[in-house]
Amino acid sequence: MQFKLTEEHEMIRKMVRDFAQNEVAPTAAERDEEERFDREIFDKMAELGLTGIPWPEEYGGIGSDYLAYCIAIEELSRVCASTGVTLSAHTSLAGWPIYKFGTEEQKQKYLRPMAQGEKIGAYGLTEPSSGSDAGGMRTTAKLVGDEYVISGSKIFITNGGIADTYVVFALTDPESKQKGTSAFIIEKDFPGFSVGKKRRSLESVHHRLRKSSLMSAVFLRKISLEKKEKALKSR
Amino acid sequence: MEFKFTEEHEMMRKMVSAFAENEITPHIEAMETGVFPKTVLQKMGELGLMGIPISEEYGGAGMDFMSYIIAINEISKVSPTLGVILSVHTSVGTNPIVYFGTEEQKRKYVPKLAAGKNLGAFCLTEQSSGSDAASLKSKAVAVKEGGEYRINGSKVFITNGGEADVFIVFASTDPQKGSKGISAFVVEKGTPGLIIGKDERKMGLHGSSTVQVTFEDMKVPTANLLGKEGEGFKIAMANLDAGRIGIAAQALGIAEGAMKHAVQYAKGREQFGKPIAEQQGIGFKLAEMATSIEASRLLVYRAAYLRSQGLNCGKEAAMAKLFASRTAVEVAIEAVQVFGGYGYTTEYPVERYFRDAKVTEIYEGTSEIQRMVISKNL
Ligand SMILES: Cc1cc2nc3c(=O)[nH]c(=O)nc-3n(C[C@H](O)[C@H](O)[C@H](O)COP(=O)(O)OP(=O)(O)OC[C@H]3O[C@@H](n4cnc5c(N)ncnc54)[C@H](O)[C@@H]3O)c2cc1C
Ligand SMILES: Cc1cc2nc3c(=O)[nH]c(=O)nc-3n(C[C@H](O)[C@H](O)[C@H](O)COP(=O)(O)OP(=O)(O)OC[C@H]3O[C@@H](n4cnc5c(N)ncnc54)[C@H](O)[C@@H]3O)c2cc1C
Repeated sequence: MQFKLTEEHEMIRKMVRDFAQNEVAPTAAERDEEERFDREIFDKMAELGLTGIPWPEEYGGIGSDYLAYCIAIEELSRVCASTGVTLSAHTSLAGWPIYKFGTEEQKQKYLRPMAQGEKIGAYGLTEPSSGSDAGGMRTTAKLVGDEYVISGSKIFITNGGIADTYVVFALTDPESKQKGTSAFIIEKDFPGFSVGKKRRSLESVHHRLRKSSLMSAVFLRKISLEKKEKALKSR
Repeated sequence: MEFKFTEEHEMMRKMVSAFAENEITPHIEAMETGVFPKTVLQKMGELGLMGIPISEEYGGAGMDFMSYIIAINEISKVSPTLGVILSVHTSVGTNPIVYFGTEEQKRKYVPKLAAGKNLGAFCLTEQSSGSDAASLKSKAVAVKEGGEYRINGSKVFITNGGEADVFIVFASTDPQKGSKGISAFVVEKGTPGLIIGKDERKMGLHGSSTVQVTFEDMKVPTANLLGKEGEGFKIAMANLDAGRIGIAAQALGIAEGAMKHAVQYAKGREQFGKPIAEQQGIGFKLAEMATSIEASRLLVYRAAYLRSQGLNCGKEAAMAKLFASRTAVEVAIEAVQVFGGYGYTTEYPVERYFRDAKVTEIYEGTSEIQRMVISKNL
């Protein structure tokens, strides 16, 4: 057993630490105050390869590993936790399911631009009435012709609004609950997809629960399903 | 031994509780954006809440210390911000004049303060002396010149500072003598040379005013010296126990307020087919929270009882503040946890209690200072 980082990992730590100190820290307090996402910082992370650390070069990544990715998140979060969570949702929440379960075509189409930082990723699992109990989700996906029509709404979506690519979970077979859950890749421009406002005003619990049953309809194009059905099962 | 409030105290609690629910709740959102609750304070004045323990002779409600603690407790359940405004106004903004003022000073200042027509503030802390108030490297110095004192210096973290009419100011009249050279003064708003800084941006207590106050050749008539020259530190410390019990009562209120929301939410929120309150992980959490609150309540009201009886309560007041403030922080954190992701948003009130709770471990003697007081009294 050895508790020592490799030279490569030390280099990544040094690189990210310098970047964090010089490019992220100076505006951290100000961005926090203004609740502002700074795309320029994300673009600079992309230039350094930070937006696709664990993904192979063939998918636009730098071909490193999860340890390097964790080091990057740690160093960014030392100066700005918001930047840390942005990259973490982008990489491990949104990127990973595509890398692990996507078809070659999906990886080229979605993972590559994400890894290169041209596109930002997000992950939609939580719903107003299902948080810890993610298996209790209500969003459904119905096959209509050669398209899935997805209806429902998701809440607390990190990077929601700034992301281009969303990995979203919905029930293709509501009877089978967890086993009937499928994962979809959704582009922000799909018709019927909309993003709510960042903050909500004061509401009572009951009002909120009622509201969740008036879920807005979200219509989506077909996405290859076979592979995706495995997504939740193997988690 | 009896664990019972008198009928009068119960009535007080009911009255203040109803007032807080009906009259304070509607102002919470505005206070969160930094609006000082002037209209609420005016109503509190009309109800006699701004001078609860002050005798009727000086325009107060003439009730006991226990009633005052009950009021702080109830108000803080709904608004910790109003809790601190009231506590500073009464226990350190008004009481020093009541205890140490001349008859003339009392007649001049107390009735307006007790009626809530004037608001009080207390200026002790300086940039270089917080916990160690005795050191008062008192950059604030008062020099006697004829019939007045000329005061120079500056104070930080002055609660109510931006809105107050009357300031109790501590400054050194004899810097050689250290804490024995400190004197207290009553200073009126508008006194030339009294400069009020801009509001600090704080983690919590957003509706309260906390400012730096600077004295630039501020001239104060000798008639406004409180007590004698050199008695300032004694005056500052005299009401410390009562002040600590007040903050302990504020902390208790914060914990109770957060708890109420957590229980309500836990009973209504279902995950895994039943209310989370019925999931043992949350049920046990709520049980721990409720138990800590009950323990705080006993400590706070025991200290208040001792104080009401005029008995020694230095150790008990410190214990009450230490324990109740820690409980406030812990319970508020756990309340956020019970709310899950919703607790982390500004949509629900628990994050506000969470932010408001922390300062109870800091002002009127940090928790470390309370431990020093307790350990010296063992
Ligand atoms: C800032 C932020 C960013 C987020 N980003 C994303 C995102 O990008 N994508 C996404 O899909 N989701 C996201 N989430 C959602 C997050 O994952 C959920 O908030 C979390 O899973 C908790 O769910 P909930 O909020 O519904 O709380 P609930 O599930 O209602 O839980 C409330 C409380 O009950 C407890 N509890 C629940 N069930 C049990 C049980 N059986 N036993 C004991 N205790 C229990 C919980 O631990 C918690 O303390 C985000 C949340 C936040 C606050
Ligand atoms: C919101 C707010 C309102 C306030 N209102 C008022 C007011 O109206 N009037 C007023 O005069 N002041 C007010 N204060 C000031 C408050 O009383 C001081 O902040 C407090 O006494 C601590 O002093 P400090 O901030 O200088 O911290 P310091 O004294 O510098 O303490 C820093 C840390 O060191 C610890 N510490 C210090 N000495 C010791 C020791 N000997 N042993 C162990 N630990 C030690 C402290 O516990 C603390 O954790 C207010 C403060 C706040 C935040």
